[in-house]
Amino acid sequence: MRSAAAQRFAVLSALVTPCVCSAGPMSYFHTSGSAVDPITALGWGLGIACLAIVALIGVLLLAALFRARAPKPEGLVRTVSRSGSGLPWIYIGTGVSTVVLCGMVIWTLLTLKLVAAPHAATGLTIEIRAHQWWWEIRYVGEPPARTFVTANELHIPVGTPVSLRLIGDDVIHSFWIPALAGKTDVIPGQTNNAWIEADKPGVYRGQCSEYCGLQHAHMSAFVIAEPKRQFEAWWQQQLAPSQPPRSAQLVIGAELFRSRCAACHTVRGIGAGGILGPDLTHLMSRNTIAAGTFRNSPESLSRWIANAQALKPGSRMPQMDLTAPQLDAVTAFVQTLR
Amino acid sequence: MTNAVINRAPLLADETPALRERLARIWETPPGVRGFLSSVDHKKIGIRYIVTAFIFLVIGGLEALLMRLQLAHSDLQILSPQAYDQLFTMHGFTMIFLYAGPVLSGFSNYLWPLLLGSRDMAFPRLNALSYWIYLLAGVFLYVSFPLGLSPDAGWFNYPPYASAAYNPGPNIDFYLLGLIFLGISTSVGAANFVVSLLRTRAPGMSINRMPILVWGTLAASIGNLLAIPAVSLGCILLFMDRQMGTHFFDFGQHGQPLLWQHLFWMFGHPWVYAIVLPALGMVSDALPTFCRRPLVGYTPVALATVSTMMIGFGVWLHHMFATGLPALSLAFFSAASMVITIPSAVSTFAWIATIWTGKPVFTTAFKFFASFILLFVIGGVSGVMTGAVPLDFQLTDTYFVVAHLHYVLIGINVFPVVGAIHYWFPKFTGRMMSERLGSWSFWTMFAGFNVAFFPMHIVGLMGMPRRIYTYSPELGWDTINLVSTIGSFFFAAGIALFFWNVLISRRRGALAGDNPWNAATLEWSVPSPVPAYNFAVIPLVASRHPLWEEQLGESIDRSSLRHGYLLDQGREALATTVLDAQPDLILEMPGDSYAPAVLAAALALVFVGLLTHFWWLAACGLFAAACTVAAWLWPKPETASPALV
Amino acid sequence: MYCRGMAVAKARNRIARVGLKMPEILPAVHPLPIGSPGRKSSGWYGMWCLVATEAAIFAYLIFSYFYLGSQADGDWPPMGLPSLRLAAPNTAVLLLSSLALFWAERSGARRNLRGRLLLGLGVAFLLGAGFVLVQLVEWRDKPFTLHSDLYGSIYFTMTGFHLVHVVVGLGILMALFLWALLGHFNHQRHAALTIGAIYWHFVDAVWVLLFAVLYIVPRLR
Repeated sequence: MRSAAAQRFAVLSALVTPCVCSAGPMSYFHTSGSAVDPITALGWGLGIACLAIVALIGVLLLAALFRARAPKPEGLVRTVSRSGSGLPWIYIGTGVSTVVLCGMVIWTLLTLKLVAAPHAATGLTIEIRAHQWWWEIRYVGEPPARTFVTANELHIPVGTPVSLRLIGDDVIHSFWIPALAGKTDVIPGQTNNAWIEADKPGVYRGQCSEYCGLQHAHMSAFVIAEPKRQFEAWWQQQLAPSQPPRSAQLVIGAELFRSRCAACHTVRGIGAGGILGPDLTHLMSRNTIAAGTFRNSPESLSRWIANAQALKPGSRMPQMDLTAPQLDAVTAFVQTLR
Repeated sequence: MTNAVINRAPLLADETPALRERLARIWETPPGVRGFLSSVDHKKIGIRYIVTAFIFLVIGGLEALLMRLQLAHSDLQILSPQAYDQLFTMHGFTMIFLYAGPVLSGFSNYLWPLLLGSRDMAFPRLNALSYWIYLLAGVFLYVSFPLGLSPDAGWFNYPPYASAAYNPGPNIDFYLLGLIFLGISTSVGAANFVVSLLRTRAPGMSINRMPILVWGTLAASIGNLLAIPAVSLGCILLFMDRQMGTHFFDFGQHGQPLLWQHLFWMFGHPWVYAIVLPALGMVSDALPTFCRRPLVGYTPVALATVSTMMIGFGVWLHHMFATGLPALSLAFFSAASMVITIPSAVSTFAWIATIWTGKPVFTTAFKFFASFILLFVIGGVSGVMTGAVPLDFQLTDTYFVVAHLHYVLIGINVFPVVGAIHYWFPKFTGRMMSERLGSWSFWTMFAGFNVAFFPMHIVGLMGMPRRIYTYSPELGWDTINLVSTIGSFFFAAGIALFFWNVLISRRRGALAGDNPWNAATLEWSVPSPVPAYNFAVIPLVASRHPLWEEQLGESIDRSSLRHGYLLDQGREALATTVLDAQPDLILEMPGDSYAPAVLAAALALVFVGLLTHFWWLAACGLFAAACTVAAWLWPKPETASPALV
Repeated sequence: MYCRGMAVAKARNRIARVGLKMPEILPAVHPLPIGSPGRKSSGWYGMWCLVATEAAIFAYLIFSYFYLGSQADGDWPPMGLPSLRLAAPNTAVLLLSSLALFWAERSGARRNLRGRLLLGLGVAFLLGAGFVLVQLVEWRDKPFTLHSDLYGSIYFTMTGFHLVHVVVGLGILMALFLWALLGHFNHQRHAALTIGAIYWHFVDAVWVLLFAVLYIVPRLR
């Protein structure tokens, strides 16, 4: 089953918590954070209870069926009779169901209370804007000069609750990192609040979960939870502008970027300030491109720049019509955006 | 005024061959195209409904199989994203609106007058109208398919994705206009069921003697009357947003995308109950026949049916748990969504008790009904899980919900419907279906269904979102999806076997006779297939089980089935009083008429005009429709009272 | 042909012979009306179904109005309170129209007085038509349009939707007038009139509700 393509996220997979990995990176059989752990407990509880109910009803049904089974054609001419009232079945069955259900409702409401708001004040608020088909992530800093924008990969410090402000921009999306929190829709015209907290360092995968158009299937998000100091260092690094180009090819690449890409993309430091597509100032610090569709490698970057429409049909990234040397120059340039 | 006869005391008489012959001359529709277009016979209309719904089931099923092929493995490119999006939208629309609802309307259309001891529905021509509109609405929608312009925003059609800014083509207009058009058909049909129930029961058929199917369809019809306006209004508002520049859902102008979700689900959730309650009713009526005893707990089951519909109006928000609503409303709607399972528990235990205390005969129909109980429970408990708000934050919009809704819609609609076809086929055609083929098709369907859909629960828990056209291999969803795909083809094969059985049994099945199952209710007291006039004399009903009175011996009252009211002076039927069903007046039933077909065609013109922006065409359609209505309602001079409908 | 009394007696006899009881049904000793007189007609019940489903549409419209208002950033209605100058008298016009129709049925049709019936129907029609005209004038004077903003969209949709119902109602009144003129109604048989009147009273009652929602409720804040 495992092809070469399956190795794409080798780096990522190594980081993903092993227990999550066992059922795949999007599974929520096991979770890791106070915004979701009570839900997981509820899920296991209700799931097991429901399986037990199905098993019990199944056994009762089978017993009823084979208790006094009648032969096929002859059974139909048998005299009808009201043998036994059967009503106790309804009283007892409904009574027991109601009690079980009440228990479920109470557990549900308690869980809702636990996950509705974080237990402690959050130190950090991140703004997430959902676009067709990628995530814009804005870290709001104090003072404002510490604010920056990135895309699709969300870094958070381990062990602290983080607030998310979800802002809609085009159609409805839904932000979901299964191992960290349930879904919250991102709805244009309103701002929804959510929160996450990661207990353990790792890479947590998520995906848009409200149908949003052609590339709804390719709209992943990642949360990278890391120790606080590492997180601070990352933030500091993201604030820096891009390095000036240092070779002739890179100068050409930067120039091409300004003329061909800057209408949509920002690269701080070279005067590219488009806001329609992801901010690429630190593109190479991200593990994936195109909202988790490809691993961030020189080959996939080059293919993506050359013909995004073939790789992710319908994506807002247009076909670029670059000559081979131009493509190489732009690809080389974007690889310097560390 | 002429001296027209306006009062008459109907005679009580025995049925005789001469009477049957006379009634046949009065009631039979002429053969050929003329009869086809003008017939108002509820039985013909019912069968048309069922056949048309099954054709849509096949189309929707083929769409599903294509999607299953695309999802059988990661990163497949059998379908483009455009094609996939149109397919899942059309699949949902087709199955929910063009199959699940109409097929039950078909059964109820066919069975109601027979179950109630009447000659037709209260409004036979409206009955024909609702069928023609249903057919034309389905055709209207499917015209988009070969053009590659089918709706592609899901059956739930959320704006802003469905608004002109993000979806400028005519795709969504097909959806909106098609749904409004279809809504007319469903509302008209629902009104017809309600009035038929109030007016056309046989003398003695008091409300505590009605079969549960009647309760189910009644609850569904009242639900439809009150719920369909919500989605029709939503469609009108969205159509205005798209074509006339209003701002209801336009967030740039403070419009509210969520308004659509409220209107859609205020309709959508009651609708879910409307497309299962009649099916539950069919099980409640047919299961006892094979258990050789009356249903356990008639009254609780009837009350459960009605209360399910009522609570069904208070749970729509559970489709919107993740939209950022305040915790208090989440808590309320979560509790309501879980409480709604209590009436379902009543029915479930009633069925199990019926089997337990009865002596079940394992016919094919019975196998479908008995297995349905298990599928109903699985779909029910997974519904409880999704009703638990915090858990729903995880489950919603994953394949867990896909699994849940298919257990509900296939388990609670398709399985009972296929069982019901086996059960009532002798009445429809006069012939029995093959038990051997039936058993094969049952086991193939049952196994295929569970192999296809049970794994979807798991892959949903593994995080697979709905409505994605592909997925990457490292997510670990490959194997489970392959299993689902294989299961879905088995399920389809089972359905194909069932159709094969229908086709050959229609010609070669054993002759059935009036009552092949020795069942209890009135439809089995008339010949199979049923004559055009249903009952030669209007029967007098003394109990809930008119054909089992002798065997049960519970009372000395006896229904009188061969001796009853003689109504043979033209197309006549008996109207009775609302609660206790005492004779009230003699209804003059309308003859065959082209008006319903003409009116439906005129309305179709209106919608085509709106779709294509040929406003003059819409105006012509509207004018033609108004003329047809005027002609339809024109008073008949002899009684000086217009035959209103 | 059987004689009715004989048939009942025969049935009773046979049932007595086999020792069974007839179901407790009163054999129709009274002659039953044929066809559909007034409230007993199926159409009367059908009209109530139509009214129920139409009422639901208006209820959802009113829900939409309040929902949009509750989510609005600023004032609702945004351009201040809607003027009562035309709307209040117009409401009275529509109510008078209902009254005229009520009178036409009660003291015209039921007493077989065709002149009164025609007069009542005519007055009801003219008052209804007057309502439409005044409504159109009010529309013309509004500072907003269907496209200008959200409030304009919902205002014109609600009142427009109602106006369409008024126009349909006028069509019904016209047909009833014509049928009355042709002598299709008498004191026993005028189901169409009774049924058509339900629709017209419904349309008027809905207007009172819409008037309250659009014009009165904003004044209560």
